[in-house]
This record gives sequence, C-alpha cells and structure tokens, in this order.
Amino acid sequence: MAEAAGAARPEECPGTDSAQAGRAAACQGCPNQGLCAAGAAGPDPAEAAELRARLRAVRHTVLVLSGKGGVGKSTFSAALAHGLAADEDKQVALLDIDICGPSIPKMMGLEGEQVHQSGSGWSPVYVEENLGVMSVGFLLSSPDDAVIWRGPKKNGLIKQFLRDVDWGEIDYLIVDTPPGTSDEHLSIVQYLSATHIDGAVIVTTPQEISLQDVRKEINFCHKVKLPIIGVVENMSGFVCPKCKKESQIFPPTTGGAEKMCQNLNISLLGKVPLDPQIGKSCDRGQSFLSEAPESPATLSYRNIIQRIQEYCEQRHSREEKNI
Amino acid sequence: NLLGVRHILLVLSGKGGVGKSTICTELALALRHCGHRVGILDVDLCGPSIPRMLRVQDRAVHQCDSGWVPVFVGQDRGIALMSIGFLLERPDDAVVWRGPKKNALIKQFVTDVAWGDLDFLIVDTPPGTSDEHISTVEALRHYKLLGAILVTTPQ
Repeated sequence: MAEAAGAARPEECPGTDSAQAGRAAACQGCPNQGLCAAGAAGPDPAEAAELRARLRAVRHTVLVLSGKGGVGKSTFSAALAHGLAADEDKQVALLDIDICGPSIPKMMGLEGEQVHQSGSGWSPVYVEENLGVMSVGFLLSSPDDAVIWRGPKKNGLIKQFLRDVDWGEIDYLIVDTPPGTSDEHLSIVQYLSATHIDGAVIVTTPQEISLQDVRKEINFCHKVKLPIIGVVENMSGFVCPKCKKESQIFPPTTGGAEKMCQNLNISLLGKVPLDPQIGKSCDRGQSFLSEAPESPATLSYRNIIQRIQEYCEQRHSREEKNI
Repeated sequence: NLLGVRHILLVLSGKGGVGKSTICTELALALRHCGHRVGILDVDLCGPSIPRMLRVQDRAVHQCDSGWVPVFVGQDRGIALMSIGFLLERPDDAVVWRGPKKNALIKQFVTDVAWGDLDFLIVDTPPGTSDEHISTVEALRHYKLLGAILVTTPQ
C-alpha cells in the first residue's frame, strides 16, 4: 500500500460523482475510496429534508476547526459564543461535536447540567437567555465517563444534535469540533449541507508541528468545498506581567500562521497572545472576555470576532442580492 | 512481525496537544541512548507528527517479503518508525478517512511492518477514545503490551 496514497485512480473507477463512488469493487484500496464513499453516504433525501426543516431558522453557521489538538478550538468557540451573545438581540447557539473530549460544558460553567426533552425535541442548555449550548457532555452520567465509540455511532449522535435539538431561531450557530479530518468533520459538513455553512475558522498555534496539521485541515476544507473565513493563531507570544518582556513560548520556526496564510492566500484573522487567565477562566467556566476585559488577548479576540461577524453579514447580503 | 518485540508501550491522552508525540519521541531517543533497540508506531492518521519530530518527513517506506520496512532514523539507524506520514504523496495531503478505513490501516501497521527485534515499541496515538484506540488495542491484544503512559497538562 506504500504507493496507494498517491496512486492514480483505479482502471474501473466508477467516477467520483457516481452513486457507486467508493463502493464499487474497483474502489478497494484506492486512496480516494474513503472520500468517495463518504460523499456517497451523505444524508438521504428524507433525512436532508428533516435537517433542512430543523435548521431553517439558523442565519449563520461557523465551524471551528483545526487539524491539531490542544490549540484552543474550544477556548475560541466559547469566546466567540460569549462575544456574539453580548448583543442581547442576537440568539447564539454553541454545538460541541467533540464526542470523546467535550470541553464546552466545563468552559461555559455548565458541568453537571443535563439535557431535557420536550415535545419539540431536546432543549439546549442555556448559559444566558440568548446563548444555548449542546454537547455530549450533558448526556454523560459522570464527567469522567469515557465515550468509547467508533465512527458510525459518533455520526449518529451528531445527526441527532442537528435533527432533534430544538434550537429555535438562531442568528449564529457555532460548531466546535475535535482535532482531525475524520468522521465528525465529514459528517458535520454533510449534514449541514442541508442548510448552509458560512465558513470555517481554523485555529492554530505558531509552531510548525501545528501548522503541519493545519495545512491538512485547510486541504480538507478545499476538498469538501467549505469556505475558510480565516485562521486564528493562539498562544502567539507571552508578555510577562512583571517585566513586560515578550517571549515566544511556541516559536514560529517556519513563520507561524502569518507566513502560512500568505503562502496559501488565506486571511489571518488575528493572533491571540498567551494569557494564563485564559486557562483559568476555562477551568472555572467563566467568560474570559468578561473576567479580563483589559487583557491584550481579549482585545485580539474581540477584533477577530468582529471580523467574523463582518464576513458573515457580507456573505448574507451578497446572497440576498443574488436571490 | 511483532514476535521479536519485547515490550509494547502505548502513549495516550484523552486531550490533544498535551505532548504525546513529543514524549514518544523523547522516550524513544532516551531508550536508544541507553542502548535499547526501539521502534515507534505512529497511529495518529490525521495528524502524524513523529516523522517531522525525528526529521525524517521526506523519507518513504518500502516493501519486503514480510511487509513494510520501517524508516530507520539516525546514522546508526537506531530507531525504527512507521507512520502514515510516509505514505502521503504530499505532506499537506489531508487523510480524510472514516473509521473503517482507519481501522484497516492500523491493523496493517500492527501486523505488516517488519519491525525485527526490538526491546521497545512505542505507540503514539491521536487524542480521544475512538477508532484508532480501539483498533490499536484490539490488534495488539495478543502481544506483549506493557502498558499505557498517559500524558496531560496541569489544567
């Protein structure tokens, strides 16, 4: 299989758009088999209609992605949710599809909360009146319970999150994802194709080991035709509160996100410096933006959030013009 | 292919970005420094970090009669490494695979790599408790699984 990853398509390739894509006998061992099969296994028309109906009242959807783990996706998703919900006229929903490592309940101060069922479906757990959250974390009897599920079961839950949660009318649906380019990512893109996704925000840290995985995620976005709103570089420098000297804790040995974005012609939404208060706020379930309003990191977050809002609003008005 | 391996160690964490791959690499180098024969099996299929950490990201794997030949690192070829990183045509290629395809490759990585005689085989895993982890443990069940090292950060 050493040559498989880069091999040409098999001789009897059914065609990547065919209903047999990924499923024909000739597909076995083809490097694109997984991608073709995944595409062919999208929601069936009845399911797609169901999802479309449920998500009809969602104005904007933003996916928060990274190839790399531990770069601050959930931290950023939480900050984005709080930032958008600061406008009380906006209804914000935060959906956590990291099934194995759901961080959002703790970060939003909602650990121990349970999901309630009503006639109209599952109720999200509300942090504020205008900020609702859903996560597998709310379905566990203990926060230490491991969710040891293979792909298909994870996909099933993600579908339920979209189909069975009574989100109501939402201005912004933010989806926090686990690291990687696998089941969860393919599924959320497929299920949300029933509605629309404004784009993805990709999170990284400055070092090449992160960028390496993030470039893969960017390629994933291109493959599934997911627009990229831009890249956020977390843990970008540390300013000592005592001596004010700046240190690069994770040195950008290959130019950091800035160079990568230049090379790939993608927008760098902003750089967020390391602030120990961020980790503390996450552990305590508090909004970092509220706890440390004067922090340079807060300023960065707010600028980035504004850029994301502008992107979504511009897309919306462009689409309205096209109708 | 694993019969010549004396001990197998899994490096795990629920959480991403805590330093699993870093610890795997440092552990392998330290054990090698002590004179042991060491291998690293990188089953992080979506985000393989070990090749770059050992500066062998431009190498390729070859086949032999017993399966794949791992990449040997360093002048003394002291560490044997297998990673999906070596199978990608381009380093930025995304491995966009669902569980079943990941499981199939992990099984191949366990049974079809000609490790030879090793004192330690260190297995680097991705974050989570899903396909890769279940498949790796299942595939290694009959071998000398020493145990798991769990990596975390303080928060």
